Amino acid sequence: MSAAMRIVNGKVYDPANNIDGKIKEICIQDGRIVDSVPEDVTVIDAQGMVIMPGGVDIHCHIAGPKVNAARKLQPEDHRHDVHPGTPFTRSGTGGTVPSTFATGYRYATLGYTTAMEAAVTPIGARHTLEEFHDTPVIDKGFYVLLGENIFLQKLLSEKRIEEFDQAVAWWINATKAYTVKLVNPGGDEPWKGKKNSNVSDIDEKTDEGLTPRQIIEAFIKSVDKQGFPHPPHIHCNNLGHSGNYKTTLETMKTAGDMRAHIAHIQFHSYGGELGKDPISKAAEIVEYVDNHPNITCDVGQVMFGKSTIMTADAPLAYVLKGHTKGKWVNADTECESGCGILPFNYQEHIYMHTLQWAIGLEIFLMAKDPWRVILSTDHPNGGSFMNYPKLIKLLMDKAFRHEEMKRVNQRALENCSLRDLDREYTLNEIAIITRAGPARALGLNNKGHLGVGADADITIYDEIDDKEMMFNAPRYVIKSGNTIIGNHEFITDFIGKLLHITPEYDKKIEEVVQPFFESYYSIEFSNYAVDDSYLHDHEIIATGKA
Amino acid sequence: MPLKLKLHTKPEVPLEADCVCPDRMQSLNMTEIEDLIVFHGNCQVPLKNFFECSGEFDGEIDIEGDLVNVKHIASTMSFGKMTVSGNVGVHIGAAMSGGEIIVEGDASDWVGPEMLGGRITIKGNAGHMVGSGYRGSTMGMQGGEIIVHGNVKNETGHVMRRGLIVVGGDSGDFTGVNMLAGTIIVLGQMGIRAGAGMKRGSIICQTKSELLPTFTRSCDYQPSFLRHYFKHLESLGLIISDSLMNSPFERWCGDSIELNRGEILLYAGK
Repeated sequence: MSAAMRIVNGKVYDPANNIDGKIKEICIQDGRIVDSVPEDVTVIDAQGMVIMPGGVDIHCHIAGPKVNAARKLQPEDHRHDVHPGTPFTRSGTGGTVPSTFATGYRYATLGYTTAMEAAVTPIGARHTLEEFHDTPVIDKGFYVLLGENIFLQKLLSEKRIEEFDQAVAWWINATKAYTVKLVNPGGDEPWKGKKNSNVSDIDEKTDEGLTPRQIIEAFIKSVDKQGFPHPPHIHCNNLGHSGNYKTTLETMKTAGDMRAHIAHIQFHSYGGELGKDPISKAAEIVEYVDNHPNITCDVGQVMFGKSTIMTADAPLAYVLKGHTKGKWVNADTECESGCGILPFNYQEHIYMHTLQWAIGLEIFLMAKDPWRVILSTDHPNGGSFMNYPKLIKLLMDKAFRHEEMKRVNQRALENCSLRDLDREYTLNEIAIITRAGPARALGLNNKGHLGVGADADITIYDEIDDKEMMFNAPRYVIKSGNTIIGNHEFITDFIGKLLHITPEYDKKIEEVVQPFFESYYSIEFSNYAVDDSYLHDHEIIATGKA
Repeated sequence: MPLKLKLHTKPEVPLEADCVCPDRMQSLNMTEIEDLIVFHGNCQVPLKNFFECSGEFDGEIDIEGDLVNVKHIASTMSFGKMTVSGNVGVHIGAAMSGGEIIVEGDASDWVGPEMLGGRITIKGNAGHMVGSGYRGSTMGMQGGEIIVHGNVKNETGHVMRRGLIVVGGDSGDFTGVNMLAGTIIVLGQMGIRAGAGMKRGSIICQTKSELLPTFTRSCDYQPSFLRHYFKHLESLGLIISDSLMNSPFERWCGDSIELNRGEILLYAGK
């Protein structure tokens, strides 16, 4: 177990406890933050440094079959970015999709200590858990894709709502997931079955006789009823298409006053006519989010340079493949979702890419409530998570932002209001969008803050003017009370834990699900659920309404 | 006087010796050269465990011994001259940008992958992937010359972008596969599927070959630039017959599944 420790003289940013840059002592014992520790414990002198809770990434793609397919697709990406081992840590490869070990260590070198894999097919849960076991330092969990599940859709179209709720809970338990993920609900199944068809409207009926709206509503209600710590994580229909902001608004309206999380909302904030160049509708989207405290979102900022498009939205990947004309992978067609992967490059001179970059920044800068507008690049879709420090600098440094704006497509800037936005994020607000906000949205009561009882996941940065440099190299990273990085060097290795939920369900539902498996699945029902031997160190987050 | 390296112990498992390169050895004294690190399997050992070093570096390095198991010699080399009297292992001259490498024996696979400039001469045969791109790369060789006096195996000049590859003997299958531009000259026979997926560039072959159906014959002609190329090859010690120097060529264009701007010139003389 980790030793007791005291951190003194540092400026603490802990927005969840209303501490904004106050010099405060932090005491750690047994992996948690405590009131006081004995006098003779190890002391870290954080004079001139900034103390924040460890970062929490609410939406990224870091483990599982599709991530592995992306690794295999891009040997050229790894060859130029070798991640060497140290006496304490293992080696790996980098690029936009790093190997498991490199992923964990690289998150740590940015001061992040928790990350959530945002899309795993139920059948891929076993693989994901095995990769998690090899993803060091960070705590992690994943969202399971249930939106394209034929069996669940069948229950819905037959209006068997009670059984639907039970089946959702069963699937969550069977996969050890953290919450439900919906990706282009209603769109993937027709695309796989019929030549390049997709849904284009939230109220368009699919072959099952269901509309995307009905699917979304059913999941939001079900999760609300069962009180999952995090609401359904929704990737709306029409991602990336001009004019899709209407779909996004309708999706949010579908939630009523129930909680919903809209993933990478930047990709869903485009106006204009379908098939033509989009314009920014960030203002409309932000206004809705600001006025509806039941909605949380992560931005999915686009950063210029190499990225990897990796999505369960297979029809979208197919469209993009038509633009890049390069290699791509279409996977997971035979299971309860879809998947498309292709290498991508966001370029400053391209109208669309600049607009995407600008809309992301607009959403950050316009949002009145930073607690619900969370920092993400939808790693690796909008760019690697290694871009976070640069993104933070873009938000905190107006001059730098304007300097960058000179290098991008000027026509795109005319179709958005980025030039008029003068806001600069404060360190406190950065602590909200990277730590406190995502932890609250995820319902992780022990993360994202430094109050007594919280997990001792702490990052200590040198306070320097260049915020990119500052957030790129924390001086200390403490995970569960263990000093992982000390004076910029790894000084120990650590395997974080799995975060998952175990909602209650009636065992009778298995009798309903099983015949479907026996008729259609190529895997035995008894082999489908992931058993507990796949859990390494883990924590069950409580479900049920408070 | 050149720096001389003599292999005294044959490595049992591949030895990664990317430090054997003028760029890395210039301005080092003998002890420092002997202590350069090489990977023997997964162990890091000093160069002297395998090589006996003598002489003094003056821009030239001579290597002696059977280097079949020694990889990455002269990778990223940018100047100077290296002579290998013997066979050599994979990845010789990878990404080199200048200087000259001469191999008296045979070379293994991956001669000059993603090379940018300079010249590699192999007096014997070479393996697969001569002057190609590494897997996943969109561009292979981007400049310089690779001259192989003997035969080569498959995928010569894969995704090649610029430069010259000359094969004195026969080439394997997929010569110039997916090439973007550049020139490949084969003085012997080509294997099947030459130029598959090529966008631009020229493949010139001294013998008739069966081409893919996606190539179309456009004309017979005698391109004047070929004489210049052949003269250059003669100066490099390759034997060019008079009939080749003065004969017409069949021009085939393709690959029509790609841009259709590449050409394959096949000897049309008698």
